[in-house]
Amino acid sequence: MKTKTKNKKEITKEDLGLGKELTGAQILVEALIKEGVSQIFGIPGGSLLPAFDALYGSKVKVVLTRHEQGAAHMADGYARATGKVGVCIATSGPGATNLVTGLATANMDSIPVVAITGQVATHLIGNDAFQEADATGVMRPVTKHNFMVKNIQDLPRVLQEAFYIARTGRPGPVHVDIPVDIQRAKLKFEWPDNINIRSYKPKLVGHPLQIQRAIDLIGKSEKPLLYVGGGAILSGAKDELVALSEKAGIPVVHTLMANGAFPFDHPNYVGIMGMHGRYSSNIATQNCDLLISCGARFDDRVTGSVKTFSRNSKKIHIDVDPSNIGKTVAVDVPVVGDLKTVLAKITENVKSSDHKTWRKQIQEWDNKHPFTIKASKGSLQPQFLIQEVHKLTHGEAVVATGVGQHQMWAMQWYPCKNPRQFLTSGGLGTMGYGFPAALGATFGVTDKPVVCFDGDGSFQMTMTELGTAVQEKKKVIIVVINNYYLGMVRQWQELFYKQRFSGSNLSYFKDENSHKVHPDLKKLDYIPDFIKIAHAYGLKAVRIYKDEEIAGALKKAMASDKTFLIEAMISPGEKVWPMVPAGASLDETIVDMA
Amino acid sequence: MQINKDKQTPGHTISVLVENRAGVLARISGLFSARGYNIDSLSVGTTDDPQISRMTIVVRGDEQVLEQVCKQLNKLIDVIKVVDYLETPHIERNLALIKVAADKATRSELIQICDIFRAKIVDVSVESIIIEMTGDNEKIGALAKMLRPFGIKEVCQTGVVAMARGAKGISIQEERKPA
Ligand SMILES: Cc1ncc(C[n+]2csc(CCOP(=O)(O)OP(=O)(O)O)c2C)c(N)n1
Ligand SMILES: [Mg+2]
Repeated sequence: MKTKTKNKKEITKEDLGLGKELTGAQILVEALIKEGVSQIFGIPGGSLLPAFDALYGSKVKVVLTRHEQGAAHMADGYARATGKVGVCIATSGPGATNLVTGLATANMDSIPVVAITGQVATHLIGNDAFQEADATGVMRPVTKHNFMVKNIQDLPRVLQEAFYIARTGRPGPVHVDIPVDIQRAKLKFEWPDNINIRSYKPKLVGHPLQIQRAIDLIGKSEKPLLYVGGGAILSGAKDELVALSEKAGIPVVHTLMANGAFPFDHPNYVGIMGMHGRYSSNIATQNCDLLISCGARFDDRVTGSVKTFSRNSKKIHIDVDPSNIGKTVAVDVPVVGDLKTVLAKITENVKSSDHKTWRKQIQEWDNKHPFTIKASKGSLQPQFLIQEVHKLTHGEAVVATGVGQHQMWAMQWYPCKNPRQFLTSGGLGTMGYGFPAALGATFGVTDKPVVCFDGDGSFQMTMTELGTAVQEKKKVIIVVINNYYLGMVRQWQELFYKQRFSGSNLSYFKDENSHKVHPDLKKLDYIPDFIKIAHAYGLKAVRIYKDEEIAGALKKAMASDKTFLIEAMISPGEKVWPMVPAGASLDETIVDMA
Repeated sequence: MQINKDKQTPGHTISVLVENRAGVLARISGLFSARGYNIDSLSVGTTDDPQISRMTIVVRGDEQVLEQVCKQLNKLIDVIKVVDYLETPHIERNLALIKVAADKATRSELIQICDIFRAKIVDVSVESIIIEMTGDNEKIGALAKMLRPFGIKEVCQTGVVAMARGAKGISIQEERKPA
């Protein structure tokens, strides 16, 4: 189209990859490079052949996953562990629909992911063409935003906006659907200099008046409490949280999503709150006179009964997303803005204080009911196992989990030192998230061990990604906590459904009485043999039955240079304590029923 | 064929300025349907800026849920501005076409009714007429009530459009330059 001129200006532009005529597929790759993407997780297909051809030999590494759900979780795990945008790619139709669970998971936890899907050629869209699915239609409710590119002219801008929208404001997944003919079409490549979306201007600086009101409330409070959620990690507000907590003497409780937002070994750290939270955290929440919510959203797993939740406290709610404020709990001082910025402003002018009596009171509650580990009678206690991993890694490993009892134990017994260490599906509660998320994290984390605490049920949902781990030579220490059951379901059935273990047993054996007797784990037949599964991929694995075997197994796992699997056999009757029954008040924490 | 029968809960009239793009309507209606809310009426048209469309949505529902819906609407990337007219003095207009059975015997009475309501007769045939009526829902409802005994054959409405009274217009975040 355009003849080359010898104009100096143009030559510089071309050096930057600009001004050249490129195909849509090449533009995609250029855009990924410009956005600093080093790898893309996914699976090719008919509608992605041009894109994969352009990726071939490019600076962007293709990580071939075994399932698109795995690709989305890997992009998500990478994003959580690094703070960068994770990218996944899937073909039209089944590839796109396979991404849905992964994107919904990222969406619920506000994780920046960009998902690219191929689409049938524009002239075939709507014709039930081979491998056609209305991908934008399917993704719409489970993403922050999505695009279908029907004109090559739009492609550079759309890709730039996709990354921008994914990582700014309240982050989230953005999906871009690119028909195969658009990938082949040509365009003189220009990368827009700046982004201006008039309908999207995230508010970052909190309102000065509300900030002042927050400062005043904190100054007057005698029993203030910082209630920290996942937004604190997304916003990178650790230092600001510590500064406020220290200056104003405010103890800190946190949600599942905020494990690591505030260092667990800080004197002002109280602990995890909510359904399976610490007794002291929950009681402090109920008894504080000022609750300062920092990037948390008053989820029902945290508040228990909303009516009785922290009923005597004033509430400050700091959140970048105004739709979170006042959604479930009435708030006295709403501050819409980026947590990091807002906290810094508050700390600047807040009154210094130490609230000694209040902190002592919380400590006393904690002494009364700390998290406890039962003495093992020749068996293996999952809490002890996790605690051992914590000791060995100083609370600094990157830890991913599945969903279920093992997730709650990991949350309780692996309090993190730093943000971006704890990867778990909090909002959607997606079984199968753990292993691919851990694997995704290994692409960004090189200086820390990456451990996945998984359930036997959860692991079976995505263990197919062992193939990806081996092919990519990545190391994850997988600890399958095998209780022969969909344990969390079993726990509820035992406690609230008269021990009718309907559809929760993952094994051959009939074990109606397992809540009473301690079965001989070595005799039970289990499906599958996880050790053999590991062996099938050329990986080493050990099965352990007793607390005494933990140290040896961990030593082997740490020494291995490949992914290593530890299968820890525990009693199906193990339960997660304490527990606030669904819908009950946080005061009604059941410490233990045994 | 239901014209404004349920008058108990006042409908919220919500105006939404959006980017004029494919998929926007689905995003917006999705927010309502995901909460099991039925939209009473929805009208869409461009504004003086061809890149901006204006949607007017009438919906009934729990106050708190609707507040949340408005916040969620605001959150959509393609939404520029959301206004709930519940507490703002405003004008609402809806246009209805109503086909009514009419013969020699009834036609003149129908013409009289139309006169009173300042409605227009826009089509006449041997057995029917089509009446065009503009007004708020209440007025259209009143006309429909009068017409019902004659035999309403078909009704078609544009849905409500709304505008606040007074000099102030809906401002979009990007200040518009004075013309
Ligand atoms: C994809 C998916 N399906 C179903 C559930 C419901 N569910 C929540 S926990 C759980 C049991 C998990 O079992 P396992 O992974 O073995 O963990 P455990 O509770 O035994 O530690 C189930 C089925 C879920 N969270 N996610
Ligand atoms: Mg299990």
